[in-house]
Amino acid sequence: MLKEEDKIFTNLYNQHGWSIEDSFKRKDWSNTKEIMAKGKDWIIDEIKLSELRGRGGAGFPTGVKWSFAPKKVGSRPHYLVINADESEPGTCKDRDIIRFEPQKLLEGCLITSLAVSAHVCYIYIRGEYLNEGRRLQKAIDEAYEKKLIGKNACNSGWDLDIYIHYGAGAYICGEETALLESLEGNKGQPRLKPPFPALVGLYGCPTIVNNVETIAVVPTILRKGGKWFASIGRPKNTGTKIFCISGNVNSPCNVEEEMGVPLKYLIEKHAGGVVGGWNNLQAVIPGGSSMPLIPKDVCETIKMDFDSLVAAKSGLGTAGIVVINKDQDIVKCMTRIARFYKHESCGQCTPCREGVGWMWRILERTAKGEATKQDINLLSEVTTQIEGHTICAFGEGAAWPVQGLLRHFRKELDKKCFSEPIIKKKRKIPYLVDQHLLENKDA
Amino acid sequence: MSIKKVHDQQPENFEFSEENLQAAKNILKKYPKTNKKSAVMPLLYLAQKQNDNWIPLSALKYIGKYLSMPYINVYEIATFYTMYNLAPVGKYFIQVCTTSPCLLRGAGEIVKLCQKKISKNQNQISDNGTCSWTEVECLGACISAPLMQVNDDYYEDLDVPSAEKILDSFLENNPVKPGSSKNRTNSSPENKKTNGINNA
Repeated sequence: MLKEEDKIFTNLYNQHGWSIEDSFKRKDWSNTKEIMAKGKDWIIDEIKLSELRGRGGAGFPTGVKWSFAPKKVGSRPHYLVINADESEPGTCKDRDIIRFEPQKLLEGCLITSLAVSAHVCYIYIRGEYLNEGRRLQKAIDEAYEKKLIGKNACNSGWDLDIYIHYGAGAYICGEETALLESLEGNKGQPRLKPPFPALVGLYGCPTIVNNVETIAVVPTILRKGGKWFASIGRPKNTGTKIFCISGNVNSPCNVEEEMGVPLKYLIEKHAGGVVGGWNNLQAVIPGGSSMPLIPKDVCETIKMDFDSLVAAKSGLGTAGIVVINKDQDIVKCMTRIARFYKHESCGQCTPCREGVGWMWRILERTAKGEATKQDINLLSEVTTQIEGHTICAFGEGAAWPVQGLLRHFRKELDKKCFSEPIIKKKRKIPYLVDQHLLENKDA
Repeated sequence: MSIKKVHDQQPENFEFSEENLQAAKNILKKYPKTNKKSAVMPLLYLAQKQNDNWIPLSALKYIGKYLSMPYINVYEIATFYTMYNLAPVGKYFIQVCTTSPCLLRGAGEIVKLCQKKISKNQNQISDNGTCSWTEVECLGACISAPLMQVNDDYYEDLDVPSAEKILDSFLENNPVKPGSSKNRTNSSPENKKTNGINNA
């Protein structure tokens, strides 16, 4: 498991203080100038070598993303945008990075801005994190004071200005193009891709959007070398990751571990075990609410990294682990997630806007025991009609958890469906019923 | 997004105070001169803060003029994002997170408590006029579940007795300190030794 000296976020619980002086002791900003002097190509190559994958959920290789930005700055300026709109249920890692390791993030911003040729960086932070935003602003002010950012940042000859922009409670603004729309002063509704933001992004200019955690690990990678980072974890799934363990565990916590750490180890060692013991485990949502849940038998052996979880028909997502034990009604729990998606759909694409409402209503009926057997088939059909038919990945994010429920807990669902179809009662009132529906077996 | 109701009694006029005009100028400096529109979200926050935590329609018109953008665009934004209140809320605006991770750890009890103590319905101001409450989606502090946000601050690691104490303190207009109600340190596991860790 992860060695103490390999930990990147050594102040995750604020053991050592968050001010700039304290962070100097943790070697933040110690040789930024030398790193930047090696040039943007070296930085991008080193990040590619480290095989760092984006920590915001999709797991796209970061070095590759940066290389999509145009090599030379044309008539349009480049922008760097940091996605701190952390709204995925089960996830709260960026909050702690912003509160306790803000200088790591800012140093990462400076180095990344050189790699993608940006002179302006916006940090889009969710509106609820008002106090965290204030803390970050204080850290930015301190960094400006010490001339670490601003004009000729760190004496490197590179100029960088960092601004904070607050969101206002829209989950969808965590999607990169919706985030850009929101930053431009519009409703946060995602854009069609292509063109990708790396070419046409904020204000129509080339823009690189990265998650907070991705950027915050960059300085340490460059300081210790891409090879060091690649040596941790498993091939193609390298490095360390902050896991957020919440739900029915004895002591929920954030913890930094290597990629590919067994789920059982995480829960037992760091989170104090499942409430009522390991045998009381029902299911785990491994990567924030939009990833399908995995049942107990998979949890026994599963390793927490991108590829292992995809093989188990789920995903690492943001690594927000939600543990559900047998005291909970799994259908109710997933109904609440469906309600979340119903609330947060931006309303742009019809399959998602209407479909999430359908899913929620059917699940709500099921949870109350008012559904019919056919409703479950209908539910399954609705999920496939949302998935893949929307502009952004919200559609998948909304459909997958329900598909996961159908895949692993079909029996639980069926148990709750014993209601007589309404159509049967109306059989005698012909004008209320389409007759052909009566030919159906379950009608 | 959620259904939002515009308040039926609207003030005639709205103008930024001197202080907020200066703040608005500073906000505009963050964005390119040709993209003033970007400032609409921060300006809406300013208006909300100035007007007792809710935004009247006249403020939307004012901001539209200030940024030379159509009123309907500002209206669109104010209704799209959930954190802009278009009707008055209590002096202490209590937002209880009820998404799954919080629900698993008993957010339902907190909601019942709010119904009992503050008001039967969401967004209804309490009898003594100090509080109102609403259910919200994930607040992004799931490891401290269940939790609620009151105005700017998070109250974490709640259970029924502690939530009761906190709600009472707001009803008596004498708020307790925000943070974990279990004296837990930030996001560290509860049972581990936490010597030398500073509370946020």
